Amino acid sequence: MARTILIDPVTRIEGHAKITIQLNEAGAVEGARFHVVEYRGFEAFCEGRPFTEMAAITARICGICPVSHLLAAAKTGDRILAVTIPPVAEKLRRLLNLAQITQSHALSFFHLSSPDFLLGWDSDPAKRNIFGLIAADPELARGGIRLRQFGQDLIERLGGRKIHAAWAVPGGVRTPLDPTDRDAIRAQLPQAFATTLAALQRFKGLLDGPLATEASTFGCFPSLFMGLVGADGRWEHYDGQLRLIDPDGTVLAEALPQQRISEALAEAVEPWTYLKFPYFKPLGPEAGSYRVGPLARLNVCERIGTERADAELLELRERGGRVVTSSFHYHLARLIEILAALEAIELLLNDPEICATHVRAHAGVNAFEAVGVSEAPRGTLFHHYRVDANGLIEAVNLIIATGQNNRAMNRTVTQIARQWITPGATEISEGLLNRVEAGIRCFDPCLSCSTHAAGQMPLHVQLIGPNGEMLQERWRQ
Amino acid sequence: MSVRTLSINGHAVAMATGTTLLAAAREVGVPIPTLCHLEGLSPVAACRLCLVEIEGSGKLQPACLTPVAEGMVVHTDTPRLQDYRRTVIEMLFTEGNHVCAICVANGHCELQDRAVEVGMDHSRLPYRHPDRPVDLSHPLFGLDHNRCILCTRCVRVCDEVEGAHVWDVGWRGEHCRIIAGLNEPWGAVDACTDCGKCVQVCPTGALFDKADTTGEKHADPARLGALVRARARGQQTR
Repeated sequence: MARTILIDPVTRIEGHAKITIQLNEAGAVEGARFHVVEYRGFEAFCEGRPFTEMAAITARICGICPVSHLLAAAKTGDRILAVTIPPVAEKLRRLLNLAQITQSHALSFFHLSSPDFLLGWDSDPAKRNIFGLIAADPELARGGIRLRQFGQDLIERLGGRKIHAAWAVPGGVRTPLDPTDRDAIRAQLPQAFATTLAALQRFKGLLDGPLATEASTFGCFPSLFMGLVGADGRWEHYDGQLRLIDPDGTVLAEALPQQRISEALAEAVEPWTYLKFPYFKPLGPEAGSYRVGPLARLNVCERIGTERADAELLELRERGGRVVTSSFHYHLARLIEILAALEAIELLLNDPEICATHVRAHAGVNAFEAVGVSEAPRGTLFHHYRVDANGLIEAVNLIIATGQNNRAMNRTVTQIARQWITPGATEISEGLLNRVEAGIRCFDPCLSCSTHAAGQMPLHVQLIGPNGEMLQERWRQ
Repeated sequence: MSVRTLSINGHAVAMATGTTLLAAAREVGVPIPTLCHLEGLSPVAACRLCLVEIEGSGKLQPACLTPVAEGMVVHTDTPRLQDYRRTVIEMLFTEGNHVCAICVANGHCELQDRAVEVGMDHSRLPYRHPDRPVDLSHPLFGLDHNRCILCTRCVRVCDEVEGAHVWDVGWRGEHCRIIAGLNEPWGAVDACTDCGKCVQVCPTGALFDKADTTGEKHADPARLGALVRARARGQQTR
């Protein structure tokens, strides 16, 4: 008898979602869907506001990565002012984004995902969390928490507060970096490096052993990848060119037109989810769907440009090929990006100009439409504004990283369900529930951003029969 | 100079005739919250925050407009007044769209300060979420009607101190709002001298410098009193 499994809500992700798995008459998996069930409507209520407020408004979309929206909004504002921001302002914004990448990736790996790897897929869900990890491996847990603290401390020292620091503004940043703060951050770097390198060694050991099956079945499929690349194809997170590659590594589009991004990208909608499905227009909604985020950034770049991160990138490519297609490797990519971020932070803090005080350019409205692009921890983020002659917002479109991974998340859930649900099985095991959720966690989705949705995120799996009847469901709060 | 003796919160006070209760209370260190009042501008008793109780009178009186009188027994901080003041602040918040988190005046806003002082941790009244415009037509400054509390400081400073009379209050009741010129975009009003006094005296983020983003407005309305006093002494012309 056919049926549907419902996982609602999905836990240890940011936002509120559910998963349905459809089984056919034989009890085999027919398909699976990742539904995002909440909606916020930021794009609508920003209309009529001054564009100078957009950084502060859109940063409130999310408490995890407000910096990403702050930077995308500030960059869009730069374009509306039509100014080149002072060089040190760009360096300081980069520093802010690197701090954001570090703290967000640390949260995803240590707090949200590592309990699965380290405590076991079938372990007691009540203990399979950061507190269980603290009990089982206090040193690793402490290191992870400190690493996140390092990123947040840097954000606070730059912007005055850890969350929603409205510090990046159109034209630059508000305040320069104080030499005392620079030195305090520099002093924390050795511990951050040590934690990251230890986690990398530990995780690579697991990939070669107990996690080998997951690495080959969690969202392992060919797809396009998109991300920013810098000069000479170097890893980039703040500016640069938008590159799209196919699963063979062939560059399909170099330097996508950022200011006319709607010519290159379109957003499909489905009636069963609030999360849109952006795609590369020339290839259509299916073939043109692509992945973004840490793995995509490492796939599209030629090299990272710093010694230790480049060595890890080479090892990743030895493990998964020039273009790594297994979504499980998002976790490894995240750790490598933390390492890259720490190295880049070290370089920026050693820059003799980093404490320069001319940090902001001033101008009026000189362009009526602009797009700002930056790399959020979860992938490429687009802010697109149209303003009137006085700078009041007439239209807003936000293309969020998690949306761009939407089709990949759905394929990942389907792939995991097919791998782990035995045809004819009547029970939903805890291990299945958790693996399906973990498939989503590979992408570290932020649903509050991507649907512009409020709420927290528990898990609900439904098993639905061929006639649409619900056969079994499990809830976890 | 004739003197009147009275009691404020149990303190015996002697003040010159014509002194307002607000000035008298501040003279002896008794705080009374205000929003529309500003030294250097004529009092209008618009905000009703400075209401006080006077024994023998059933009505609450605005301290900013009520002169001292012989034998008055005044109370400035009774439970009844505390409830009135909190309600006034709640009404100001719910009547407009005050989103502190993104406001230019966040952290330097008199409405925000008064809300903290009266203990407004939430509103007991429903928010009205009115649909109000933002005027960015002036080359330097902006007016966000969502944040305006109709204190009319801008109207008075432009008329009484700058002498340009750009601002007025238009419409009636819940539709009341500040208008520039003959209800024109601010940037189209030739009378405006771009002096920025209205921005400086605005207690909220309703009037702001267009270059400012969240929390960057640092107005200092108290400077107006110094300007007016200096003018009275012929020390300064603008």
